Amino acid sequence: MKFGIVVFPGSNCDEDMLYTLTAVMGQKAVKLWHKDHDLQGCDFIILPGGFSYGDYLRSGAIARFSPIMTEVSHHAQRGGYVMGICNGFQILVEAGLLEGALLRNHNQKYVCKNIFLKPAQTDSLPTKKLNPKNTYQIPIAHGEGRYYASAETLRKIEENGQVLFRYVSATGNADEASNPNGSLNNIAGISNIGKNVFGMMPHPERASDPILGNTDGKNILESLLS
Amino acid sequence: MPTEIIKTYLGSKNKYTKMEQTPTLETARKLGLLPEEFDQIKEILGRNPNFTELSIFSVMWSEHCSYKNSIVWLKKLPKDSPRMLAKAGEENAGLVDIGDGLACCFKIESHNHPSALEPYQGAATGVGGINRDIFTMGARPIAQLNSLRFGNLETARTKFLVKGVVKGIGDYGNAFGVPTVGGEVYFDDCYEINPLVNAFSAGILDTKNPPARATSYGVGNPVFIVGSATGKDGIHGATFASEDISDKSTAKLPAVQVGDPFQEKLLLEATLEIIQTGYVIGIQDMGAAGIICSTSEMSAKGKHGMRINLDLVPMRQPNMKPFEILLSESQERMLVVIQKGKETEIQRIFDKWDLHCAQIGEVTNTERLHFYMGGELVADVPAEPLVLGGGAPVYYREYSEPAYFKEFQKFDIQTVSDISEAEISEVAKFLIAHPNICSRAWIYEQYDSMVGTANTSTNQPSDAAIVNVKGTNKNIVITVDCNGRYVKSNPEEGCAIAVAEAARNVVCSGGEPVAITNNLNFGNPYLPEVYWQFVGAIMGMKKACEKFGTPVTGGNVSFYNQSTPKNSSGGVENAVFPTPTIGMLGLLEGVENKMTLDFKENGDLIYLVGRSENCINSSEYLYSYRKIKGSPSPKFDLDYEYQVQEAVKQLISQKLIHSAHDCSDGGLLIALIESAMPRGFGFSINTDQDFRKDAFLFGEAQSRIVVSISPAHQIKFEGLLEDLDMDFSFLGTVNKGGILEVDRREIMLMSVAKSLFFSTLPNYLA
Repeated sequence: MKFGIVVFPGSNCDEDMLYTLTAVMGQKAVKLWHKDHDLQGCDFIILPGGFSYGDYLRSGAIARFSPIMTEVSHHAQRGGYVMGICNGFQILVEAGLLEGALLRNHNQKYVCKNIFLKPAQTDSLPTKKLNPKNTYQIPIAHGEGRYYASAETLRKIEENGQVLFRYVSATGNADEASNPNGSLNNIAGISNIGKNVFGMMPHPERASDPILGNTDGKNILESLLS
Repeated sequence: MPTEIIKTYLGSKNKYTKMEQTPTLETARKLGLLPEEFDQIKEILGRNPNFTELSIFSVMWSEHCSYKNSIVWLKKLPKDSPRMLAKAGEENAGLVDIGDGLACCFKIESHNHPSALEPYQGAATGVGGINRDIFTMGARPIAQLNSLRFGNLETARTKFLVKGVVKGIGDYGNAFGVPTVGGEVYFDDCYEINPLVNAFSAGILDTKNPPARATSYGVGNPVFIVGSATGKDGIHGATFASEDISDKSTAKLPAVQVGDPFQEKLLLEATLEIIQTGYVIGIQDMGAAGIICSTSEMSAKGKHGMRINLDLVPMRQPNMKPFEILLSESQERMLVVIQKGKETEIQRIFDKWDLHCAQIGEVTNTERLHFYMGGELVADVPAEPLVLGGGAPVYYREYSEPAYFKEFQKFDIQTVSDISEAEISEVAKFLIAHPNICSRAWIYEQYDSMVGTANTSTNQPSDAAIVNVKGTNKNIVITVDCNGRYVKSNPEEGCAIAVAEAARNVVCSGGEPVAITNNLNFGNPYLPEVYWQFVGAIMGMKKACEKFGTPVTGGNVSFYNQSTPKNSSGGVENAVFPTPTIGMLGLLEGVENKMTLDFKENGDLIYLVGRSENCINSSEYLYSYRKIKGSPSPKFDLDYEYQVQEAVKQLISQKLIHSAHDCSDGGLLIALIESAMPRGFGFSINTDQDFRKDAFLFGEAQSRIVVSISPAHQIKFEGLLEDLDMDFSFLGTVNKGGILEVDRREIMLMSVAKSLFFSTLPNYLA
């Protein structure tokens, strides 16, 4: 599998994702410039975290108009894999490749800390290799991560098994105290109905390199390779 | 060179803009210049300056740019070590060789005055400015710290300032994409009007490519301005930072700059790319005093001149006057001089990043700066006399010991009754929840501390932050430290303690102290008592830096952190605590050799390395719990401190200890609680009959480090310290029950300590 990491102006987790995929996971990965129209034969496109276009107007609202997003959409429509992490998730939602919206955190503050995730199912690529009974400690770092969708959409994505991850306590309860941003149903990540486009607010690449003292995120990235 | 520049030059020879009126001494005074400085300017020019020229001198000769009131003392600080690649004052930031072809560039800088008026933008642009100092050298920033001081957390003003400053640092640093990995914050009434906002950044560069320099030479080489457009923000900001804050200060709001981290991120990438081309002759960021500062400093260093057409500067608004363009402190801009003929190369890179890149002039051999606008020569000034180390004024200020100093020395511990056994719990609970000691999570969770995937302290905390240099096994170990209360009590000892504590934090993390940067925050230097504090602090820093072999690579002086309230003398008592913040760089080869502060195993033995003292001087306990504000600085012996640190280095390198944490604010018991907390342990320790209980548990005597060891290592551990002739004492054991016990009495549960520790800031700031 060849990964392509899109670099928007203001992306700042592109280098981290490249390092994790290549140096930590031993995968092939290249950077893709947002002004280009060439996916360089990549199988799996990643939209990394950061503040594309300064997150001015609304997170992801400008980046979705970048030239390369036309190709990313075509890739997704052809069934190709696309994953957005943090700002990348926000861009995918703005681009209409994932449903719902990511609103300002309920406490109005940016938050960076470790949280616990639990896979909502194990029949999607990012959750396939995970233990549904386990919790995974992964960092979050965002100001606009409160997942929101209409009641109808929410019901649909829950029924279709499109929820990938929920925020939980260390012991695995999806309670209010473990919800860091006020997301509906504690949702931390979702997929599209075709289960080839994924978005998540937490950063698995920040919990993969052993020198960081936490490799829970590596499980999620390894799952992508299955 | 574009034809319009040439036309401008030809059409304007020796013509001066007609000013509304020739500036007078009164105008000079309003711009912050002294009468003798006005005379000096006339002498340098051989004529009366016009208003633009007078403005130029006023900002370049402000304390902020010229260091005129501090440089004679700063020169006494040690600047050299075999690792120094660029010494203090030579470039935008100091540069330290960290081996294997890599160098670390680091610096700290204040944004106190803007933050006092507009905390969000003040703090944000402080972060932007310090990072530009790093990447203008060609180094990519990898970690940031900050050191903050605020007034009383009970007041609406302090809450407003804390929220604004933290959000400003967060919004800027987070979007810029460099992790904020540590810092410090203190609250005291003395900072009520004047908060301190000091931002630190460290970057890494490959020494295969020589670092970019802040210079200019080569007649005919083009001069570019790149990055954001120039607006009217921040005009006279440097002058503003060089006076006391008063009720008139809000009228200076336009002197506060506005930040755009997105532009800064693009500027970072574009700047590193152009430096990589090898075509850059010189580059300097535009911070204080804007275009005039960069053009004059680069020209003076390269012993050349410049001809600049201000009409070509990309502007945010129409009708800007020449002095406004020259002095504007609009953020996210750089001045770049490149090799003639390489203009399109540079243009291509800035186009890629969608940034302004405008040629505004060229290098000349005149050693003078000629600024043109609207076809006329609007200013003609020599470069050298404008700058620090050139012709900028240098003053020897008088200083005298303030009356409070002798009063503080008179403090007698016998006048304070010791605490009873029953009171230990009460004092511990008071201190663990105190704003100066409690958890800073409310603050640091608003900062991205993990971007870059190199901060090894997130999940394994140490006394200093340990950040991996990606792709290598090297780590920088960084910390900022200063207890201003100690420095007020005794400037020389207090500042030496600040350096020692920084070194101790580096050593307790497994690192080797390498160099420091300093941020010297003081009151009004024209007050002899304030200047006495400054001189004392410099002498203390000097001796401590010499002892630890850590040269000063540069930094920042911030005077005038002083208010003149109505009905007050505006004397030393209205100055902030003298706060010479030390930012230290340490090195750690091999992340596996790092040391952490948390207790690891049930049953581990807890020792104190160093010796207990019957000293409660300047402790948080004495100052806040006993409310005794005047006492000497805590017990400290520089040579002994060094020996303690050397001993701990050996304990770490021989893998004899499981944790190390220094005793600082709140003393020994607080250090123990902080070590037990991360993994939810408890402990049982005994006090020593030879010492007062308050001094033993809550005193802040220096050079004491709490370590925990496996019982299996006890003999080796004690043997090593005995061989080194180092004091140590057995304190007790780590327990898994989460009970904190002193002399077999439970003082509290870890769950209680945790809730006190974590709830203070949210309670005040929610």
